[in-house]
Amino acid sequence: MMASSYNAKEEDGNPSSATVHGGAGTVKNKKPDNTAFKQQRLPAWQPILTAGTVLPAFFVIGLIFIPIGIGLFVTSNNIKEFEACLYSVYSKYSFSSLSTLQIDYTGVDLSSPCFNCSQNYIWNSTTPCTCSVPFSLDQPFESNVFMYYGLSNFYQNHRRYVKSRDDSQLNGDLSSLKNPSKECEPYRTSENKPIAPCGAIANSLFNDTLDLYYIDPNGSRTAIPLVKKGIAWWTDKHVKFRNPAGNNLTVVFQGTSKPVNWRKPVYELDPSDSDNNGFINEDFIVWMRTAALPTFRKLYRIIQKKPNNMSPTLPRGQYILDVTYNYPVRSFEGRKRMILSTISWMGGKNPFLGIAYITVGSVCFFLGIVLLIIHHKYGNRNNNADIPN
Amino acid sequence: EERELVKGSKEAKRQRKKTKKEYKTRTVHSNLLYYRTKAEDNPNRHYADNKIKTTKYTLLSFLPKNLFEQFHRFANVYFVFIALLNFVPVCNAFQPELALAPVVFILSVTAIKDLWEDYRRHRSDKEINHMDCLVYSRPERQYLERFWKEVRVGDFIRLRCNEILPADVLLLSSSDPDRLVHIETATLDGETNLKQRQVVRSFLDLDCEFDPSKYRSVIECEKPNNDLARFRGYITHSSGRRDGLYKDNLLLRGCTIRNTEECVGIVIYAGHETKAMLNNNGPRYKRSKLERQMNVDVGWCVIILLVMCLFSAIGHGLWMYQYGEKRPVFDVLSPEGTHMSPVLSAIYLFLTMIIVFQVLIPISLFVSIEIVKICQVYFIHQDLELYDEETDSHLQCRALNITEDLGQMQYIFSDKTGTLTENKMVFRRCTVAGVEYSHDANARRLAMYQDVVDSEEEDCPSHGGTLPRRDSVTSHQSAAKVVLRSQSTKSHRRTGSRAEAKRASILSKHTAFSSPMEKDITPDPQLLDKVNDGGSQMDFKRFHSQSLSQMPSELTDIIDFFIALTICNTVVVSSPNQPRHKVRMRFELKSPVKTIEDFIKRFTPSRLTSSSNNSSSSSLNRSSNRGCSHLLTSPSAESTLTKLDEEPSSPVPAPPTLGTCYDGKPGSQEEVELRYEAESPDEAALVYAARAYKCSLVGRLPDQVTVEFPHLGRLSFELLHTLGFDSNRKRMSVVVRHPLTDQITVYTKGADSVIMDLITPPPTDDSKGKRHRRILYKTQNYLNRYAADGLRTLCIAKKVMSKEEYAVWLRRHLEAETAIQGREDLLFESALRLETNLHLLGATGIEDRLQDGVPETIASLRKAGLQIWVLTGDKQETAINIAYACKLLDPEEEIITLNADSQDATAVLLEESLHYIQVKFLCSSSDPSRAFQNDYASVYSFSPPASSSSSQPFLVHRLGLVIDGRTLAYALDSSLEEKFLAVARSCRSVLCCRSTPLQKSMVVKLVRNKLKVMTLAIGDGANDVSMIQVADVGVGISGQEGMQAVMASDFAMPRFRNLQKLLLVHGHWCYSRLANMILYFFYKNAMFVALIFWYQFHCGFSGSAMIDQWYLIFFNLMFSAFPQLITGTLDKDVSSETLQELPQLYMNGQNSEEYKPYMFWVNMIDAFYQSLVCFFIPYFAYVDSDVDLFTWGTPITTLALLTILTHLGIETKTWTWLNWLSISFSVCLFFTVALCYNASCPSCFSPSSPYWTMQTLLGEPLFYLLCVLTPVAALMPRSVGCARKCALKLLPSDVWLGPESPSANCEAFQFPTTITALHHHQLMLSFTHTTLIYKRHIIVI
Repeated sequence: MMASSYNAKEEDGNPSSATVHGGAGTVKNKKPDNTAFKQQRLPAWQPILTAGTVLPAFFVIGLIFIPIGIGLFVTSNNIKEFEACLYSVYSKYSFSSLSTLQIDYTGVDLSSPCFNCSQNYIWNSTTPCTCSVPFSLDQPFESNVFMYYGLSNFYQNHRRYVKSRDDSQLNGDLSSLKNPSKECEPYRTSENKPIAPCGAIANSLFNDTLDLYYIDPNGSRTAIPLVKKGIAWWTDKHVKFRNPAGNNLTVVFQGTSKPVNWRKPVYELDPSDSDNNGFINEDFIVWMRTAALPTFRKLYRIIQKKPNNMSPTLPRGQYILDVTYNYPVRSFEGRKRMILSTISWMGGKNPFLGIAYITVGSVCFFLGIVLLIIHHKYGNRNNNADIPN
Repeated sequence: EERELVKGSKEAKRQRKKTKKEYKTRTVHSNLLYYRTKAEDNPNRHYADNKIKTTKYTLLSFLPKNLFEQFHRFANVYFVFIALLNFVPVCNAFQPELALAPVVFILSVTAIKDLWEDYRRHRSDKEINHMDCLVYSRPERQYLERFWKEVRVGDFIRLRCNEILPADVLLLSSSDPDRLVHIETATLDGETNLKQRQVVRSFLDLDCEFDPSKYRSVIECEKPNNDLARFRGYITHSSGRRDGLYKDNLLLRGCTIRNTEECVGIVIYAGHETKAMLNNNGPRYKRSKLERQMNVDVGWCVIILLVMCLFSAIGHGLWMYQYGEKRPVFDVLSPEGTHMSPVLSAIYLFLTMIIVFQVLIPISLFVSIEIVKICQVYFIHQDLELYDEETDSHLQCRALNITEDLGQMQYIFSDKTGTLTENKMVFRRCTVAGVEYSHDANARRLAMYQDVVDSEEEDCPSHGGTLPRRDSVTSHQSAAKVVLRSQSTKSHRRTGSRAEAKRASILSKHTAFSSPMEKDITPDPQLLDKVNDGGSQMDFKRFHSQSLSQMPSELTDIIDFFIALTICNTVVVSSPNQPRHKVRMRFELKSPVKTIEDFIKRFTPSRLTSSSNNSSSSSLNRSSNRGCSHLLTSPSAESTLTKLDEEPSSPVPAPPTLGTCYDGKPGSQEEVELRYEAESPDEAALVYAARAYKCSLVGRLPDQVTVEFPHLGRLSFELLHTLGFDSNRKRMSVVVRHPLTDQITVYTKGADSVIMDLITPPPTDDSKGKRHRRILYKTQNYLNRYAADGLRTLCIAKKVMSKEEYAVWLRRHLEAETAIQGREDLLFESALRLETNLHLLGATGIEDRLQDGVPETIASLRKAGLQIWVLTGDKQETAINIAYACKLLDPEEEIITLNADSQDATAVLLEESLHYIQVKFLCSSSDPSRAFQNDYASVYSFSPPASSSSSQPFLVHRLGLVIDGRTLAYALDSSLEEKFLAVARSCRSVLCCRSTPLQKSMVVKLVRNKLKVMTLAIGDGANDVSMIQVADVGVGISGQEGMQAVMASDFAMPRFRNLQKLLLVHGHWCYSRLANMILYFFYKNAMFVALIFWYQFHCGFSGSAMIDQWYLIFFNLMFSAFPQLITGTLDKDVSSETLQELPQLYMNGQNSEEYKPYMFWVNMIDAFYQSLVCFFIPYFAYVDSDVDLFTWGTPITTLALLTILTHLGIETKTWTWLNWLSISFSVCLFFTVALCYNASCPSCFSPSSPYWTMQTLLGEPLFYLLCVLTPVAALMPRSVGCARKCALKLLPSDVWLGPESPSANCEAFQFPTTITALHHHQLMLSFTHTTLIYKRHIIVI
């Protein structure tokens, strides 16, 4: 005992071993490790936001943003959009390159061709009301033309409205088909039968029919072919929306009820094409993608450029829009529009982004200049003031 | 026997009823009496057993209890309320299960943390519960090993040396011949000196070994309480005799038995009722200033939230109203198919909006702050510069949640002794019989030590490097010797367990034993000659049996002086090759003379032989006695007790033994170095000083002190009484019988002010009286000089008593000792009666050395704008001198001294000094511009509290205030405290001398409450505890005076100089990190929530959100959580070096500049601006398009995330790879989660059904264009503002630029953003050169 303690003493007593090794053998030293992390000495970059670092940043941002903005603006302006709030006959609008055609066919005014139809506030009235809106194109649409219907003041983003759907029913789930989700209330059942598709969104499906005719100079009407395939997202059409399993849609939807406002059941939405029927009807899918803002447009049809044909998709001339007016919007001061537009890689005609880029770029540039002046003027003075002391 | 037991149990029942009635006491019986009875008959069964359970939870109770505890936090209740609100159908905003997720997450993180902590406690409990101890077992009739947890109240346990006490035990028997037990209480109070405990009086003189089975007594004592210093009770024997029990009879749980082979006791308190456990309260919870401020802003957030909800609700009501009766198709009916009135749906919407906007009250803020604080504490622990190699101790953060307060301190209250000074006492000089011995050589030696230390420290780099060890330093001087010494210090007490030895070796380095600097004293040659002379003369006289009275009085005085130095103390001697437990210690206030009979017996002439001779025989006697008495002991309990009863009156056996080995082999003692272990370091210093003069203490026994003198050899003083030191008497005395003169002599040592009053006034006429007067006068002069030099002074006096006088005193003293009630008071009075009419021998001056780096630390703390007040119990002169030494007072500074002895005088003094200050300084301060130009000092210390509390700006002058305890008592009176504060705060430094612990805490409280400033108290001793507890931040120095201060403190550090880095660097960092993080949190949440708010204008205020609910809920929790934690933990606005070089930067925190109330609003406005940008850029980009709700919302979420992270990037001043990692991790996490989430299930996540949204977006160029544009546009104002602010940040405050600079000019001056730290440094230096010099002027009243 004594001897061992003496040994320990000698070890401890030797200052070099005790300090250097931290008493490794005998007593574990509590000394902290001298690592960069523990001593908070990690190599660091200190971007002090001084004029010196901010100035170049501002200039660089300015120099990058302004050209981008100009590019965007030009691109956007090449999109053809006719700003035409037409309900008067044969109004002509001719803007050189700006061209989107918007036709408001709500029928608010007495003079409007659709005024009579718009007086009907009832959803599923049995007699369809039709009206024709004539218009002319000054310039031809050269490439594919997208035909939209637009609604204004329609709050598709209302909280309760957005939720009023059953995704698994739409995905073809049989149990959901027979027993839709509670979220669909009060459009869940009708006459003790489950509604398919249930919910307020489906119930308020846009059901106007729009047809476009080209009026030949000789007065004859040529129907313009409107393609209804490919207007919905591919994933929606093929993954998200599915009909319940079964060969015959009529049988599959047996025992379900059509939505209250609908004229025909879901399996008869497009009698012409069985692939566009039931839940996978593209018009229905497009409608089910609830719009973000109360004024929105939704893709209705595509007018495709004829392959190997140099003639424009829509040549200049007179046109007629035939509307089967079913969808009442007057009750909530809504507006209905038909929009024809070519589409750019930006997704639509919108000069805003270009302008925004130009603005932000210019502001940065301007701030850079201001800072430079101030820095130049006062920075030197400040340095000078220091040195004599 | 059976019958007896039944009787006993009946009695016990009766007793129990009694106990129940009078609930104030606890009655303890021996368990052995009831071992056969049923458990419910045991009277002790109501008491807690010894199983400790510090865990909070059991497996079953964990969930409910933990949840219950978490819900004590208001925030948690709020979030649960919100989550539950989701289940209300009318306002269900999110999927209810999903809405629970964050709350559950937060709760479970906390729960897991709690569970882990609890598990650790459980493990340590288990370990403790399963320790072994010996418990007497009735069936086996012997002591058996039992686990600690099996020990119960009423059990007899036997403890051996170095065992730890399992419970609070009443000491009944000890193997020690004096019936003492030595314990070490380091685990309780950190004091390493051994304490003595005494066997209960009735068992004191039990000759044979204690037999528990014969024990029949009943103990009645206090209910369990946490007062370590108190224990009272009675023990009632079966004969009806009662004896008092005192704290000296109680061994406390957790203490370690030392120096005693064996002892037996009965358990009184067990388990959680032990005093140690009752004292064990966990870490304290304090709320920091920043947190208080934050809570205000959380309140504002609540208001903003309510306003936003209300606005939305009204908006929704109006929106509904405009449609009138015609329901639009998108206004979905309620599930019941009924229409809701606009008012009703507005009310429902209000609730919905609370859910949607809940993120505004940041759920993760509280958790994040906790995490960041833990990390901060970790880094403070890890700091090498806060590590003390000498004691192997870190800075400890005992309070985990006030780290940021360290960055906001304004006043520091410091103790002096042990805090500013090392509390290492070094003998410097002395005066004996009116002659001063200056000890010049000694002073030179000390200076050399200092130089070596200094030069060593300069040699090694100040940061990152290791600090030199004191041992290694001294080894340069006398290597061999020092090695030997460090061996001796470390080898000490290598008897316990390994861990214990480790701890002991750590403790021993800074307690108990003195460093070589204190030990090696170079004697003054003149005095040494005189001592030798005196010794030889005395030897001669003794040899020739001449009376010593004929010797020159100076020489006898000198010899007496050294006798007093060596014996008038409590120093214990030990030697390295001898474990301490064999060396006996004296016992405080214990009188070896126990009875009058004893006295008479001892003072009969026949006993006047050298005690050392018969000691061995007496110890022999005793041992043989013991052997036989065991045989003689009658088996019946009655006889034992009658014996007990008789014992006090029976003659006491021979006086306690010597039993020491010194006498056995005196020759060998010469070579071995003796070590002295003292309760207070100045005692040791005096003993070492005496040893330098060859008067060395070689042994101390309870009744005898052996001293070796030159020429005289070894003398044994019979120690009759020791009247221990107490702070009221301020002196201690020993009563001995002088071996040469055989007179009863009292040696007293104490504070000069007390002793000088007790000196016999010299007779006026004769020459001897004249000489006395002269000595008195001279000594007083020297004392004043010592004090002026900053030395601690002690006076040494003696008194010779006649036997008659002594007998008279002794009679009353014994009465006092045996008194049951008021024993302490009686003993105190008794001591007062003894210490009168003293004869002055001399005085000593001891230097209390300053700790390393104290002046520098004080200087830089003061530059940092901290007011430093020193509160000390020392006397004025000493305190002032230390204050000068540590640069607290400046010789160029005026000092106002306040000494008054009445309330009125104090009032007048305060009035006068206030007037004086106003006249002298106010004229200059009235014109700030002139003050700036002319009076640097005024501007320099332009006090931070000016901005925080007081209405009028307020200047600190170059003034020092010194106030003594008595005046302080008057000044702290409520009528004068305002004035006192007005005077004190105008002074640069305040020094309160002679203040009591209570006064210290009152001063801190006064300043804290009246000036509304942040206070820090730092101290090392028990007398600082109250002050430490009162202050906002208490800092304990783990120094020499035990651990009480550390136990009470929030931070414990090894040295005073650590304060500099702790405050200036860590405090600053913690504060600025946390402040920025909190502001960022508010910003982040407001920014995110505002996005949804803007959307309400476009969705008919229907509570709709374009941000997917998953993003909405996990945004705070996952996507944006990590970067801010990293920044909050690691960001450094200024480097450690700069912070230490420019302490002025600390003012930033004092003025709360990182987090001012307006900053919250600035951040809010910025958040609203940024959210507007993040909302409306995508809005206009997508307006009137076929974009759907969530395809539009996802880019907004992405933009918000990018903006928020870039914002954090701008706020981050120091970028390490961790910042890069965390930010890129966050972005990657978001995209990964989004992509996975959007690909996982086409129909699961109703209503957003976000299938393939992100994937589609990533294919659109528009998305990328938005991602580039929006953050730039959103952060433009912030980056411009920050560029400006970052430059400003290096300026502590606008004050710096002088109050005269017009704000416009100031703006322009600061706007150029290139003032780097270097520039600024130059700026400051230029100011410091203009320091003005003041004449020193002291108002003496």
